[in-house]
Amino acid sequence: MACETRNYLEEFMVSSARSIYLAVGALAFLLILTASAPSVAQQDRINPTASSVREQQLLQEFDRIQGRVSIPDQRSSVLMQPAGREWREFRTVALRWVGGIAIVGMLAVLVIFYLTRGMVRLESGRSGRTIVRFTAFERFVHWMTATCFIVLAVSGLNITFGRPLLLPLIGHGAFSEWSQWAKYAHNYLSFPFTIGVVLIFLMWIAGNIPNKVDVDWLKRGGGIVGHDHPPSYRFNAGQKAIYWIVVIGGGLVAATGYELMFPFYLSGIEGMQLAQMVHAIVAVLFVAVMLAHIYIGTIGMEGAFEAMGSGTVDVNWAREHHSLWLEEENARAEANARPGPAVTAAE
Amino acid sequence: MARMKFLCDADRCIECNACVTACKNEHEVPWGINRRRVVTIDDGKPGERSVSMACMHCTDAPCAAVCPVNCFYTTADGVVLHSKDLCIGCGYCFYACPFGAPQYPKIGNFGSRGKMDKCTYCAGGPEADGSKEEYEKYGANRLAEGKLPLCAEMCSTKSLLAGDGEIIAQIYKERVMKRGYGSGAWGWKTAYRETIES
Repeated sequence: MACETRNYLEEFMVSSARSIYLAVGALAFLLILTASAPSVAQQDRINPTASSVREQQLLQEFDRIQGRVSIPDQRSSVLMQPAGREWREFRTVALRWVGGIAIVGMLAVLVIFYLTRGMVRLESGRSGRTIVRFTAFERFVHWMTATCFIVLAVSGLNITFGRPLLLPLIGHGAFSEWSQWAKYAHNYLSFPFTIGVVLIFLMWIAGNIPNKVDVDWLKRGGGIVGHDHPPSYRFNAGQKAIYWIVVIGGGLVAATGYELMFPFYLSGIEGMQLAQMVHAIVAVLFVAVMLAHIYIGTIGMEGAFEAMGSGTVDVNWAREHHSLWLEEENARAEANARPGPAVTAAE
Repeated sequence: MARMKFLCDADRCIECNACVTACKNEHEVPWGINRRRVVTIDDGKPGERSVSMACMHCTDAPCAAVCPVNCFYTTADGVVLHSKDLCIGCGYCFYACPFGAPQYPKIGNFGSRGKMDKCTYCAGGPEADGSKEEYEKYGANRLAEGKLPLCAEMCSTKSLLAGDGEIIAQIYKERVMKRGYGSGAWGWKTAYRETIES
């Protein structure tokens, strides 16, 4: 047994010596190989990110990174969209400046104008006779749109200016409560407002096509600065401007507003950011223009408010501000009910 | 105090969606809302990567900046939270967020979105820590119990890391050094305006 074991051991030693020689040889061979071709060895080292998608590269290419998600909400497949940063700058800085300058600036201009020019008086006084300027339906549409507009404007301005101006005054709880109701009012009143804009567009389009008379009216500054009374049909150039601002501006705020109210129906987030920017800029300019409209319709001009109040204006007012319209109305009245008075006597 | 951050090592994420499920279960997140999701980019192509994404709890968070009612606040741990009592559901944070984190329960149409919901870093809300009201509105408050967010805690490949920004950045750096590659800390530049050199 012992002898056999020794034989085995000897055999094993011999064979292992052989294999060591072999191994050394192979190693030397490998060393030579690797020394001669180091680049080959380096390429063999695995680097899975060499061909992988890279965040910064994707962001530079597309401005956002989108992939695939296995959850049902496919909108969550957008991984990143840093564009919100620009929108944030717009909302917290640019919009506040534009809105602030437009609205405070307009108020300042109106105050200065009122103090220097004062109310535009009826120069020939009241005749005591009136003429119908706006029908009950027209006035209804005007006031429905106007009421909605004021609520929409206040609740909208609250979203932009409430946090820096109102929140510190009334505190978090009250401000959130008010803003919540303002948001509901803003959303729901958008519907009658939009209907109002559409009706305004349809019922007053005929009188609001720009023509040659407007050029002359504008050249003479609308008679506002001096004591001039340039002729005008039913709507003068200033009123036509208001009309188109309401129709185009109202259309824009309505369209962009509904895009925001129904997220993802029309566009993704980037579209909503753009919609909010258009909505907000048009809205603050709209508010500024409407301040001027309210001014001229109330304390800015004697006899103007009753056009939308009772619906009738004094004939002298019509002669001074809408001479061509008065002629048209008189001609029509004569044609319709001859013989008869051109205008109805005031009761 | 720590500055809590998330870091998803995209080279380790296997898109198992355990983080998504863990989050939904832990906080009983309403149907239709996912506080966390896994997005696979270039799915099926060479070089595809999956990234688990939720609210990144940004430095100088855009959501907080644009909120009209200022309902966001940042905790001492750097976690961005919000008050559902103050939120009016206007949707502005959702326009500003680079990571698509804010979501709204669909409780009605005509823009009457419910209160915004997003990842709380398992840190609840303004209510008392661990209270019933806090759980109903925001889910569990693990941070108050000394635990880290569950999504990262149960990540099977430890791809998703949560914890102090410096510590998880160090862990990631060591991984990258050891294995020799790394596709970067996704979202860090956008959220924290810093990157981890790899």
